[in-house]
Amino acid sequence: MEKHDLVIIGGGPAGLAAADSAYESGIRDIVILERDHELGGILNQCIHNGFGLHTFNEELTGPEYAERYIRRILEKKIPFILNTMVMDITKDKVVTAINHEKGMFKIKAGAIILAMGCRERPRGALNIPGYRPAGIYSAGTAQRLVNMEGFMPGRKVVILGSGDIGLIMARRLTLEGAKVEVVAELLPYSGGLKRNIVQCLNDFDIPLKLNHTVIDIEGKERVTGVTIAEVGSDRKLIPGTEEHYDCDTLLLSVGLIPENELTRLMGASMNRVTGGPDVSESLETDVAGVFACGNVLHVHDLVDYVSQEAKLAGKNAAQYLEEKDGDRELKKERRIPIYAENGIRYTVPMTVSPKKMPDTVTIRFRVANIYKDIFESVYVDDKRILHRKKQIVAPGEMENISLTRENLQNISHPGKITVKLEET
Amino acid sequence: MYDAVIIGGGVTGCSVARELSRYHGKFCLIEKEEDVCCGTSKANSAIVHAGYDAEPGTLKAKLNVEGNMLMEPLSHELNFPFRRIGSLVVFMNKEEESVIHELFERGRKNGVPGLRLIDRKELLFMEPGISPEAGGALLAPSGGIVCPFLLTIALAENAAVNGMEFRFNEEVTAIQKAEKNYEVNTSVGKIQCRMVINAAGVYADKFHNMVSKKKIHITPRRGEYILLDHASSGIVRHTIFQAPTIAGKGVLVTPTVHENVLTGPTALFIENREGNNTTQAGLDQIMHDSLRAVPDIPFRQVITSFSGLRASEERGDFVIEEPEDAPGFLDCAGIDSPGLSSAPAIGKMVAKMIAEDLSLKEKMSFIREREAIPDPKAMSIKERNLLIRKKPAYGNIICRCEGISEGEILEAIHRVPGAKSLDGVKRRVRAGMGRCQAGFCSTRVMDILERELKMSPGEITKCGGASVLVMGKNKEAYSKWKSTTL
Repeated sequence: MEKHDLVIIGGGPAGLAAADSAYESGIRDIVILERDHELGGILNQCIHNGFGLHTFNEELTGPEYAERYIRRILEKKIPFILNTMVMDITKDKVVTAINHEKGMFKIKAGAIILAMGCRERPRGALNIPGYRPAGIYSAGTAQRLVNMEGFMPGRKVVILGSGDIGLIMARRLTLEGAKVEVVAELLPYSGGLKRNIVQCLNDFDIPLKLNHTVIDIEGKERVTGVTIAEVGSDRKLIPGTEEHYDCDTLLLSVGLIPENELTRLMGASMNRVTGGPDVSESLETDVAGVFACGNVLHVHDLVDYVSQEAKLAGKNAAQYLEEKDGDRELKKERRIPIYAENGIRYTVPMTVSPKKMPDTVTIRFRVANIYKDIFESVYVDDKRILHRKKQIVAPGEMENISLTRENLQNISHPGKITVKLEET
Repeated sequence: MYDAVIIGGGVTGCSVARELSRYHGKFCLIEKEEDVCCGTSKANSAIVHAGYDAEPGTLKAKLNVEGNMLMEPLSHELNFPFRRIGSLVVFMNKEEESVIHELFERGRKNGVPGLRLIDRKELLFMEPGISPEAGGALLAPSGGIVCPFLLTIALAENAAVNGMEFRFNEEVTAIQKAEKNYEVNTSVGKIQCRMVINAAGVYADKFHNMVSKKKIHITPRRGEYILLDHASSGIVRHTIFQAPTIAGKGVLVTPTVHENVLTGPTALFIENREGNNTTQAGLDQIMHDSLRAVPDIPFRQVITSFSGLRASEERGDFVIEEPEDAPGFLDCAGIDSPGLSSAPAIGKMVAKMIAEDLSLKEKMSFIREREAIPDPKAMSIKERNLLIRKKPAYGNIICRCEGISEGEILEAIHRVPGAKSLDGVKRRVRAGMGRCQAGFCSTRVMDILERELKMSPGEITKCGGASVLVMGKNKEAYSKWKSTTL
């Protein structure tokens, strides 16, 4: 069986940054397994700008951002295998993969970084009634068609869901000659970034209808129209609010799901809210030596944050590889759980070890609704250790807060950490 | 001059086609869609019923029990997935219990093997996920599940290998009796034939009524379904029915041969023969009714919902006969439930009738077996690597959710009748059938179809006809593009 110190599953932004960082930390025997025919992942189809403001202090397109990292991989001569699909990962870190050259093969890994990204939620998951004609696309599929293949998925478009890809595609399709009639959003707020609502909808006079959803799809062969209606606070249809739109295309931008089939197969414990694995502050799952970063861990809105997270995963995987088994045992320590409460949906990481942790740990989290003039607080047991005011927080924008080693040192035998929103 | 023309490429038409291809003669099957299995056969419960539902003495009773017996050997001959998992009809109260006893009696009269009433304890042992309210059940060990797509496609492929001609995208517009023969007018031209087999599903009455004064009347009865992801697999091990009512066999919960969970159907008579849409009311009803028997169905794991139309004839039984005033015109009409279960028996019965009418001779050269498209997932690593070495496309995974390789897709496209669209590929090898519902693989499958069938991107469809997937190039007016490429 082939053996490698570090196997990275996925050559998108997370996998690339993780590989780069592991190399920087001294690991040389690395292999990246990528299922597509090129590195870069979903960035390759994100030809709009807005990437890299945090990482490179400049505004790049998706392919440009990917290229910066791909160049590092090439310069460092980090091996990668393309067109390769990972089929299985076991708890003892044997990776089974397949491609057309090597067939099915196994790699025994010293450590693994999961960087498989996410996929889009399909129509079926929403159970929208109606016909099932051609012309119903997830926003990402439409993005691939337009940006990579040069074809229009349709000409008269209704978009359901105001996730970032849907918003970006509203603008793209308009620029390419389609008419985007409306963007309907089931929730009372958009799941996308504020800047995307301004730049992709408002600038093109595309209406955004909050508290609206598609209740019927018409068309036997190709979509001929959809019916949109308003929903109440219980998300149930309000009769009499139905509006019909003639269109040939329905785009869905109704959420992303971390792609964790392999993680589940491996038996790592999963988080119900994020859809990703539970991880410690070193981004390690509860399977020792298996780390996760990027959208497979939780869905990000900025690739810059993915790169930051992946860098940490790469560094920690390297550290894991350098530790002797005995050291690992010695350093085993109870993990303190981090609870998300009162308006916070989840946190990443989900646990922290006070002795193992670095000087600062970034806790990323999302809020459950739009809140104005609110305080983000962190408690250790009953003691509030952090408290900061935010003018506005929204589910579409990931928040983060830094926890320092000092924060925890002054408390003897801490039992739990709680992140919550408070009014005062 | 054809000896026989079959109208309709559903499971009934394809079963007749396969059985008829045992005989010498010139036959064809005409289908208005681009592929077989595009109507009722693609959207149903995928159940092989045991045969206790139908009234004793009816064609339904006879052909269901026969079809059930034939399904297993047929699944070995033609290599499609069939599993005899058994079915349970669960009762919740005294009234339902008496209905179950009636079913038991009816089943015995119909000759259903192995029927047994089981008590609550045994039921809960067999199916721990059943509602604790359940009092017991009727167990029919011969009940089974089948892949309706692969059953129909396997029949069609085997018929084609044995000389059956398939004519797709051709719609029958008129049928006239001329002297001894029939003249069938289609959207493509005129066909002369000695016999017409009417397997036109929800349109069968239209064709029957063109040649016979004794009218039949078919009303589509819509059934909606919800399909759950593999992750839900295992919540039930048998097909779980509830006690039937006048409206039908009620909402069932069943594993599928591909390890999803299927629940449905509703039953609503409608006017529109193309009305296979789902409705909020229908989906709500399924979610409500199914939970009565199986309380923990994880509806969070829905991957799709769909609906099919049962072709119900007003007298309630299958109509498989030549009308007195139209000899040579053979109806296979009113094939609603248990039509899928009965299909193997209907094929045999109808082919025999045709052979007798036309004095056809059996071929010595009939090929009875059909190879399945290789399923690498069922292979050992060694076998799989041998296959990949021979055909590297089997190492190229296209559909991530179901793990389908390019090799399987190529096979689906190049068989006869082969896949010409995304849905054609999906029904044959499940690319796009998984939890992401083709979000990832559709553009890849489009590329393969384009390359293999030498189609332009604008010609590639979801399911034939006007179901085009792209509408022109970026920044180009659609009208201009359409006029130059289509």
